[in-house]
Amino acid sequence: MEITLNGIKVQVEDDWTLLDAAKFYGVKIPTLCYHEGLSPYGACRLCIVEIGEGDKSKLVTSCLYPVQDGIKVRTHSQRVVKARKLLVELLIARCPTSKVLQDLASALGIEKIRFKARYNDCILCGLCVRMCEEQMDAKAIGFVSRGVKKRITTPFDIKSEKCRTCGACIYICPACLLRCQGPEPPSVLCSGCLNFSPPCVDQYKDVMCYLDPCVACLKDKGENMKKGGKK
Amino acid sequence: MQGETISRDFPAIDAIIKKYGERKEFLICILQDIQARYGYLPREDLERVAEKLGIPLIQIYSVATFFKAFSLRPKGGHTIQVCLGTACHVRGAERVLSKIKRDLDIDVDETTKDMNFTLKTVNCLGACALGPIVEIDGKYHGNMNTTKVESVLKKYSTKMKE
Repeated sequence: MEITLNGIKVQVEDDWTLLDAAKFYGVKIPTLCYHEGLSPYGACRLCIVEIGEGDKSKLVTSCLYPVQDGIKVRTHSQRVVKARKLLVELLIARCPTSKVLQDLASALGIEKIRFKARYNDCILCGLCVRMCEEQMDAKAIGFVSRGVKKRITTPFDIKSEKCRTCGACIYICPACLLRCQGPEPPSVLCSGCLNFSPPCVDQYKDVMCYLDPCVACLKDKGENMKKGGKK
Repeated sequence: MQGETISRDFPAIDAIIKKYGERKEFLICILQDIQARYGYLPREDLERVAEKLGIPLIQIYSVATFFKAFSLRPKGGHTIQVCLGTACHVRGAERVLSKIKRDLDIDVDETTKDMNFTLKTVNCLGACALGPIVEIDGKYHGNMNTTKVESVLKKYSTKMKE
């Protein structure tokens, strides 16, 4: 099967997802709720890519979307980058103490969070639930309630007999890993690792730069991309 | 029957599970039947269902908390639903609700100590012309105000004693 990945025609296996294909060809797509040892979940939506062309293009989660013959995938188009930045902003507003989220924000060059910080300690990515079920075979924790009240807990909020206190849920949790300033950071956004003079490569016609972190393209508001990347 | 004192009646639970062929696809139907029998979902029963169907307890707990129709706490003999929809709201449903809360000394989604009333709120009962509406056990009481609601509640609390 052949797909077009950022303007380059590449061969892919039939049972791959778009994320698998991108990884195989060295295109780095930021992910959060995806883990190699666990089933893809599509909760964080950071792995979105743009498929199709022109008016028919749409954003899909690459961790779940299977490859299709002749599909045109753009992993770092303006639309994708814009949406991804918004997602990280929302996630940080929900949980500003997470190191993983702050690192993502720095990598994407986010300089401001436009939303009110909530200081929640969970982003409902479901990594711990899947870890517990799929790798530890315990099935001790899960999602409870729905909507804004949705949370992760054990049955009846009491200690579960199934739980062996292995700690895998804490190990994999992106929110449990606190940022450098600890649990009470002075600002919502850390930006400590934000690189303001990043490297950049020249842009060619339909080919996009996908260096990690590709902050240069983000810094000049995608001007280069407009010139180089054909819509 | 609602408000029945619960002794752990596993044969009854097993019969409900058996009715659906011990198949996990029918989890919601099984939970509905248990809820119909006891008025809520007792913890021990959910553990029994998990054991019988061979599915993790957390999955059942997720389903039971996801749907508003399921309750994990015992319900009172009468269920009061106060409509807080737009039409009822502008006609003073909030006042009616706080009056009920004060009189019964409970909050929303709670049950009185004598297990007589469970208070709930709803966003619209579809009879906006009658607002503010208070629904008790499926019966609609329209044009409520703080004085009228008192007599309605009194009616139901005496009914239970007889």
